[in-house]
Amino acid sequence: MVTDNLPVKQMAPSDGLGTSSTSQLLIEAGRTEEQYWRDLWRYRELFFFLAWRDLLVRYKQTVVGVSWSIIRPLFTMVILTVVFGKLSKMPSGGSPYPLLVLCGMLPWNLFSTAISDSGNSMVANSNLISKIYFPRLIIGVSSVITSFVDFLISALLMVGLMSWYRFVPPVSALLLPLFILLAFSASVGIGLWIAALMVKYRDLRFIVPFIVQFGLYLSPVGFQSSIVPDRFRLLYSLNPMVGIIDGFRWSLLGAQNSLYLPALTISVIEVAAILISGVLYFRRTERTFADVI
Amino acid sequence: MSETAIVIENLGKRYVIGKQKQGVDGMRHVLEGVIRSPGAWLKSRRETKLRQVDFWALRNVSLSINQGEVVGIIGRNGAGKSTLLKLLSRITVPTEGRFRINGRTASLLEVGTGFHVELTGRENIFLNGAILGMARGEIAKKFDQIVDFSEIEDFLDTPVKRYSSGMYIRLAFAVAAHLEPEVLIVDEVLAVGDAAFQKKCLGKMENFAQSGRTVLFVSHNMDAVRTLCQRAILFDGGKIRADGYVDSVVEDYFSRFSTSSGQQLRGDYGLAIEKVVLKNDGGQETRQFCPGEDLIIEITFDAQKCLEKPYFILVVRGQKGNCFTANMLLDGHRPKLLNGKGKISCRFKSIPLLPQRYTVQLAIKANNGIDVLMPYEDIGLFIVTADLVTYGYKGEFQTRVSEATSVVIPYEWQLPDGTSATVSLSAPVSAI
Repeated sequence: MVTDNLPVKQMAPSDGLGTSSTSQLLIEAGRTEEQYWRDLWRYRELFFFLAWRDLLVRYKQTVVGVSWSIIRPLFTMVILTVVFGKLSKMPSGGSPYPLLVLCGMLPWNLFSTAISDSGNSMVANSNLISKIYFPRLIIGVSSVITSFVDFLISALLMVGLMSWYRFVPPVSALLLPLFILLAFSASVGIGLWIAALMVKYRDLRFIVPFIVQFGLYLSPVGFQSSIVPDRFRLLYSLNPMVGIIDGFRWSLLGAQNSLYLPALTISVIEVAAILISGVLYFRRTERTFADVI
Repeated sequence: MSETAIVIENLGKRYVIGKQKQGVDGMRHVLEGVIRSPGAWLKSRRETKLRQVDFWALRNVSLSINQGEVVGIIGRNGAGKSTLLKLLSRITVPTEGRFRINGRTASLLEVGTGFHVELTGRENIFLNGAILGMARGEIAKKFDQIVDFSEIEDFLDTPVKRYSSGMYIRLAFAVAAHLEPEVLIVDEVLAVGDAAFQKKCLGKMENFAQSGRTVLFVSHNMDAVRTLCQRAILFDGGKIRADGYVDSVVEDYFSRFSTSSGQQLRGDYGLAIEKVVLKNDGGQETRQFCPGEDLIIEITFDAQKCLEKPYFILVVRGQKGNCFTANMLLDGHRPKLLNGKGKISCRFKSIPLLPQRYTVQLAIKANNGIDVLMPYEDIGLFIVTADLVTYGYKGEFQTRVSEATSVVIPYEWQLPDGTSATVSLSAPVSAI
């Protein structure tokens, strides 16, 4: 047995580089390393490097480049506006229909791209996982960050559209960051669940696009959630995206988009549960990723 | 005054191999099982657990490495070297035992991990650096050194996918070489790249070692291990077989051709090399040869399954690269059938080699010439000794012979003044 007070070395690298010059690592079978959260901090820059890599790579060898981040949501918005606003004549709640749609699309696109990218991230980075150590959580979260950058770019579209309609957002817009945080947390939570499961069960590769496709219609992206009959409203609110999208609309558009509190409460509780369980499950399976992937 | 850098106690890693009859891998099976009858599913799960075969890639490994030691880890494929490195670099977790590492650690299991082909050289330096654990400031500070070392200055802003493989490897190693950890774990990264660059890398690692850092170096290149390390550890079948002074352990590596569990695991072909003997003209077992002497390589194999018409490939390799080969893929003289134990030998006639160290490598390919029954592996080691006069050498710089190209054939100079000079090997001085 090694005594627990082995001498800790106090030698700094010759040129004084490196933030963790004195470190001791103890790994024992069947023990969760306390090092994990410290490592997460030590590798914090990697969150952004990986997100930066994904962003750089995404639009390499494309003609219009980053404009795709504007073009895609723009066209989706036009189509949804035509289908729900013009053809189905859904109520717009007092604000221009394109604004209503875009307001729903912002959190939905963040969520859907985040869960697809984050879900795929472990498998896509399997070469890293099998060759080098760093907290794997970074890979999953950094792909959500990548989607978040897209979200910010689409937000510019929102700003542009608002000024086109000369629409002044109400004061409640100041609460928007809270709803963004909620959307982000939901993306990370579900993204981590899928990422961890995907390592073992590649079936999810087929399931996720399905969720994303149907979710667009099951969530109030192209319409207001208030058109759902009252007796089904609570049931409908079990979809966490309902509370989030409603929150976005309430804070940005105000008017008749009153906040349905039960939906929001359900969302917050669900997102918290998903996020916490996602991180825990991810942590538990992470140690075997390299063996399974 | 040396302190321990790495302490390993009873380290073990178990993998579960062998497929169950009912694949439990797909999600459908799991869901189906659970939905149909949860009780039965739990029971079957317990049963499949029993049916699975445990395979210990590493077991009961204990060792301690002092600070500033440069240790070579050697062993055949499947001996557990890579598993050890994976555990120490925390890529995977041990099944039992524990280890402790003092100091900032960096592991390099592959050159260019995390390189993205679409990104430019400059971008990849930063990305790779971050993945290896460097802070951005640190990378920026060393950027010029890295570029210098890699010799790719003109291509910094070219996507890596347009690089030649040599450039790619140079850049990748350059980033890793500037990590400056206190404990460095390296796997076979020198097997790539041209000779000049390999030398540069070895030089970098030597500097590393001299500055008092601890290096763990896995390699199949016995020469590199000998040059770099003072101590070597030989793994076999997941256990430590020998640990000590590098020369004696390397000697052990070549002499120990007993069947071991590590050997049996090589593929599904059940082919094991049991013994390799090097003999000279007179049929005596030796490791020392004279130029112009014959080199006989005698291989005892054990084929547990019938193998039809395999191809044997022998390569004699010097410090500067391959010298010559006996290759059945080219000559076509292959054995009709390998079944059970047998012997095969090859005689290289009057070897034209300079006094240097050489290794013999063997690879065996299947009937179709493509499938690998056994990948290239060092199976023997010999040195050539002779007075340089034997080669017809009279120059003033004969000490450079250790760096010279290994294979010599007779040649003749025609000098400007009309004289000619023949240089050739004199008759072998055999039977000393």
